[in-house]
Order: sequence, then C-alpha cells, then structure tokens
Amino acid sequence: MAKMLMINADKCTGCRNCELACSMAHEGVFRPDATRVHVYTWEREGFSVPMMCQHCRDAPCITVCTPHALTRDPTSGWVDLDDAKCIGCKMCVQACPFGNAIWDAVTHTVLKCDYCGGDPSCAKFCPTHAIEWVDDLVATRTRKRAFSEKFKHAFSE
Amino acid sequence: MHGWIGKVLRVNLSTGKVSTEALDPAVARDYLGARGLGVKIMIDEVDPKVDPLSPDNKLVFVPGPLTGSYAPSAGRYTVVTKGALTGAIASANSGGVWGPELKFAGYDALICEGAAPKPVYLWIRNQTVELRDASHLWGKDVPETTDAIRAETDDDAKIACIGPAGENRVLFAAIMNDLHRAAGRSGTGAVMGSKNLKAVAVVGTGAVTCADPKTFERAVMKARDMIQKHPVGGTGLRLYGTNVLTNILNQVGGYPTKNFQDGHFPNADKIGGETLAATLLQRPKGCFACIISCGRVTKITNPKYAGEGEGPEYETAWGFGGDCYVDDLEAVTKANFFCNEFGMDTISMAATVACAMELYEKGLITREDTGGIALEFGNAEAMVEVTRLTGIGEGFGKKLAVGSYRLADSLGHPELSMTVKKQEIPAYDARAVQGIGLNYATANGGAAHVRGYTISPEVLGVPFKVDKDTIDGKPALVILFQNLTAALDSTGSCLFATFGIGADELAEMLSAVTGVAYTTADFMKCGDRIWNLERQFNLAAGLTTQDDTLPSRLLHEPIKTGNSQGMLSRLPEMLPVYYELRGWDADGIPTAAKLGELGLAA
Repeated sequence: MAKMLMINADKCTGCRNCELACSMAHEGVFRPDATRVHVYTWEREGFSVPMMCQHCRDAPCITVCTPHALTRDPTSGWVDLDDAKCIGCKMCVQACPFGNAIWDAVTHTVLKCDYCGGDPSCAKFCPTHAIEWVDDLVATRTRKRAFSEKFKHAFSE
Repeated sequence: MHGWIGKVLRVNLSTGKVSTEALDPAVARDYLGARGLGVKIMIDEVDPKVDPLSPDNKLVFVPGPLTGSYAPSAGRYTVVTKGALTGAIASANSGGVWGPELKFAGYDALICEGAAPKPVYLWIRNQTVELRDASHLWGKDVPETTDAIRAETDDDAKIACIGPAGENRVLFAAIMNDLHRAAGRSGTGAVMGSKNLKAVAVVGTGAVTCADPKTFERAVMKARDMIQKHPVGGTGLRLYGTNVLTNILNQVGGYPTKNFQDGHFPNADKIGGETLAATLLQRPKGCFACIISCGRVTKITNPKYAGEGEGPEYETAWGFGGDCYVDDLEAVTKANFFCNEFGMDTISMAATVACAMELYEKGLITREDTGGIALEFGNAEAMVEVTRLTGIGEGFGKKLAVGSYRLADSLGHPELSMTVKKQEIPAYDARAVQGIGLNYATANGGAAHVRGYTISPEVLGVPFKVDKDTIDGKPALVILFQNLTAALDSTGSCLFATFGIGADELAEMLSAVTGVAYTTADFMKCGDRIWNLERQFNLAAGLTTQDDTLPSRLLHEPIKTGNSQGMLSRLPEMLPVYYELRGWDADGIPTAAKLGELGLAA
C-alpha cells in the first residue's frame, strides 16, 4: 500500500520541530531555512500550517524541469530530485503552486521533500500528529471521519 | 563550536557602532548561555551600582546552547540587565521564535549598551546589522510596531519590541516578542525604553550545529518520551495551560486573594484553566521546538472586551482574578491582552492593581485620585480600565506605573505592597507553602516563582512529594531547585520541561550538542555558580540580607479561610539554614571557600 504525509493543520502548534528534524536529517545541522518542510504561522490567529512537497500526480515541477532532474519514480510514484542533474534554474521553484520547491540561497541548491526515503523525520518528530506518515487509503478515511464528526456535533445538538 | 555559535554581537546605541567578538569557550563552558552568560557579561562590564535607567546599564539578549536545536521545549532566550523595578540583577526569559532566530542569524548574545539620542530599532539580517530610525514607531503598541517593522524589513522578520509602557518607563514594562511572548519581569522593557531602543528585528538563515547528532537524537527522543508520558508535561499543560493550577492551588488554600489578605477564592473555578478551555480557548500553541504547547490562543467575542491574543497564564489569571477578587474570565483575559499590547508584566501589573484596591479599601486612595474609578476589590471593569490607563500612560495609570512598592510607600504604607526586592510576589501563598516563601525571599531578581519552583514537589508531588507545611529540609530543597533552574535557564530550555525530565537528561543533551562533557554534577555546579554570581552582583549593587525577606503580612497575618487557614510563613527559621547550606555567612555573603569552589574567587 502506498503512503503519504497527511497534514492536520488544526493540530499544528507551530513548534517547528518538523523543520529541525528535516534539516538535521538532510543537512546534518539545525537550519530551518534549509528544510523541505516549512511551518507557516499566522501569528494573530495563532494558526500554523506545515507545508511540504505533495508529490503531485500531475507535477508542474516535472513539467518545467528541462534537465530532467525532477522525475517520477515509477514504483513509488514520488517526485524525485537528482541534485547532479539540477542546473539551478529555479523553474520548479516558480512552477510549484504551493511554494514547496525551495531555493536555498546559502547552498545554491533546490530543496524538496523526498519523504526521507520512506521514513519521514518530520512525522517522527511532530509532537501532536499534525504531520502523519500514513497509508494513503487510511489517510482519506481518517479525514472523512474527522470532518463528519463535526456534522455529528452540529446536528445532534 | 557546536551548540554555541561562537560569536557575540555588540551594539553601542550612543555611537551607533556595531561590532562582533568571539565567545570565550571557557566562559561558555562555565556559564552555558542565556541567563548564565548574561549575568557573566553584566558583572564583567557593568558597575552594579549603576542607575538601571541610565545609559551605563546594559541590556543583553541571550539564547542558550540548546536554543535552535530540537531539544524538547528549549527554544528560549533570556534578557539580562539591572532591573528597573528592583535595582537587582534581572533575568527574564521568553519563548516564541525570536531567540532561535537570533542564533540562526549567527549570535550567542546581543549586547546593547549606551542609549540612542533618538528612537531607533535594530535590524539584523545575518551579518548585516543596521540601526534604523524609529521616530515614527514611538507610541505604537506591540502589534502595530511588529506590522510596521515587517513592512519596512521582511515579512518573516522576528520582532522583539517594547510598547508604550516601555517608552514611558513603566517600571514593570516587558519586552515582547512574536506579539504575545514576554521577557516579562523586573522592568526589562523600561530599560529598553531608556535606551530609546524600540525593537530588535531579526532574520537568520544560518545553522546551529551539533557535536554528536546520533547521541543527541537518542537523548532527545528519551527526554521527549519522558515529558510526553508525564501527566503535567504531556497532557495537563496542553489541555488546560498553566491555568490548570487555579483550582489546585485554591484547593490547598495557597491561592492569595485581595492582595494576600486571604488564601482562598470561592469563585476560583470561574477563571480557571478548565473554564478557559471550555470558553475562550481557540487552540493550544507551542513555542519554538516545544512539545508541550501550554500557550493559549484565545478570543473574546463579547463586544465589551472584544479582542484576540494569547493567555491568560495561571499567574495572570490569578493576578487580575483572585488577587483583585475578580471572577470575570473575559475581563481577566482582556487585561492580559492590554498587557501584551502595551508591553507590561502581567504579574506586577495585576498585583499593583490589587495593592491599589487595598489602598482604596483603606481610604488611602480616593475616588478623586483615581479619576472617578471605583477601584474596589471585585470591580472587573475598574481593573481592566486602570490596566489600560497604565499601558497608555494616562490618568491614574501614571500612579500605578511605579509598581506597588513605590505606590504604597508614597502613601506611607509600604507594608501593603506584596513584594520582595520591590518585585510583586506571584500566585502561590508563602504562608500555605513554606518552601516557595523561602524561594521568593532569596530569588536574586526579586519575588519570582520560576527561580525555584518548589510548588512542584510541595503541591504537585513532582518529581517527589514533600509536605508543603513543614520547614524541615526546605532550605536544601529550595537550593536544589534554584541551582537546577539556574542551569536549565542557561541552556535555553523551558522550565516546564522539568515536568518530565531533570538534570540528568539536560546534561546529556547539553553534552551531545556542545561536545563538552557535562556530568549531572557539573551541570548542577554551573547552576550554583550562576546563582552565586547573581548574588555577588546584588551585593555589589548594595542589597543586603534585609532584602531577603517577605512582606510582614505573610509573616504575621494568618490566612483566614480555606484549607491553609491559620498558616504563616516561617521564613525567619529557614533563612539562616539556607545561608549556611549555600556556603554564605550570616550576612548572606558567599564565603571565600564557596567562591573558590565555584571558580568565582577574585
């Protein structure tokens, strides 16, 4: 069964442990500016949203990637980035509708979530299950159940 | 260096000169960072006798060696200065995301010295450091200032700033960061205001490195597990915030009411954490790297007090609530929002209102003095209004701006101020809980619960249960907690991590990050050293054993109702033992032998 990263923004507390785990896993240092996951916090409302590559089925980043550094793995279905082929044109950064392909101005490289090869550090370090590494089938069901519960409360009152 | 960046940023506000210098590895090893490094900088560079609001005082912002890592809930920084309220060493720590950002910008400390000739703000983007004109920001509150500076610098800049209270030198003004978090106590904001420094905006894109990532990850995972499995650290604080303590403290009869005239509040539940969770709470929020999320994102829809923000914490709910005999949670929360927006310490603000209410009750302040406000205990609207007036520096608020000690003293009744070293006592009654009273009396920055939180063992039974009523063993317990906290604060960790972990785990994580091997004993000795250095600053500032005391009310007027009825603080019996166990003489002065042991001998 395929797995995906499920984001439950309503559970996110904005702690950014995911960013730290991600930069440590990929860069060997704590550097939130160089992470594949970013938490965007709306300070006034106290609301935070973790964001990372969604490994789109029809991925704009692959479409625009002239040197074919970005490709789809036929087995996993993930969007892979081959650093050796990347020419740093940043077209993927501009094409991603979510801003999830990141240009690191310090190392001059593109950063993009690779699911840590199948054991994502962000999910492991998230203290509130705002980011979960789950079976894709279960993920959708869980979301449906959570949302339907709101209906239950609304109509049972 | 690992854990530490190895660099200190110095800004002379008088001349505008910006410079950097290397962090001395030996100093880092012995004083860690944050509170410890801050006090070391202060004692090396500042005459302790200096007027806190003069350009000769310095204002130091210091993250710790764990700050910026994923050590659980260790994303804090400390502001160290000579306190405007207290005239003693002040160290106020704060969470949010500002402290780590300073480290990612490449600094272990920011030293602000001198005073700018006109309002300025500091804009730090990694190695680019610039002092900018802030004339147009003067008078703006914290959210307005934050928005305006972001518009001029970077949308993602992290901002620490003062509001009108700091500008007006309200003696308990706070430095606010990330809108809602406060380096709250002792008047750090007034010192910042005296330097004409409106804000420090930071963007940092650099790294914090780790000496031994594998060992560190193992130590962090263990610590996280211990905190998450703990009933307080793992669940209680996220569900109900620190305000879960309201009902607990009221139940044991240690919940001060009416400016400590009593120790019990019949309506406590109406302003407690459980009620907050069921009413105004929107969601819990975590500071940087936090796994606890005690932060309360709250919203008031009632038009009378409409607003959104964060809080109240337990101390705040107690201060504006029980201490003022107010049981209106919306009013309490609104007063909290005002403190955040105008930049004031909620504890000192609230306790000063409570003191003013007692002065009003006794006829020492009249309705004429207050400008027509009926400042009676229980009057929620009056409480909110005088808080607002203090924040904006108008009317009767100007009288409250000096804190309860100077207010009561000016009316000939200093004994009605519930303070130690002129700083307001927080939300635990020293008559009902013996150890915490000794901690208040001896805390170097004036009365504070977060210097030696013996409430943990004495009331909550964490990590072990101790009889709150006895004085046996309390001096040793207080010293243990004070030393542990001094070391913990200096790593950048949050005190709440101790609802799960202790010195063993902190020393382990610290060693793995920095590559400096700390045993638990080494770590505790750092705490002892830092405590004694703070003490030396205070002694040199002119404080004496006379300042290590509690208000006479807590020593002579028993609690009237509740489960600690009839109790008094037995501080005079504990203090001499405390001095002796600290290695201090009868005047509270560290002996030469003690200083030698800690490497502090002159």
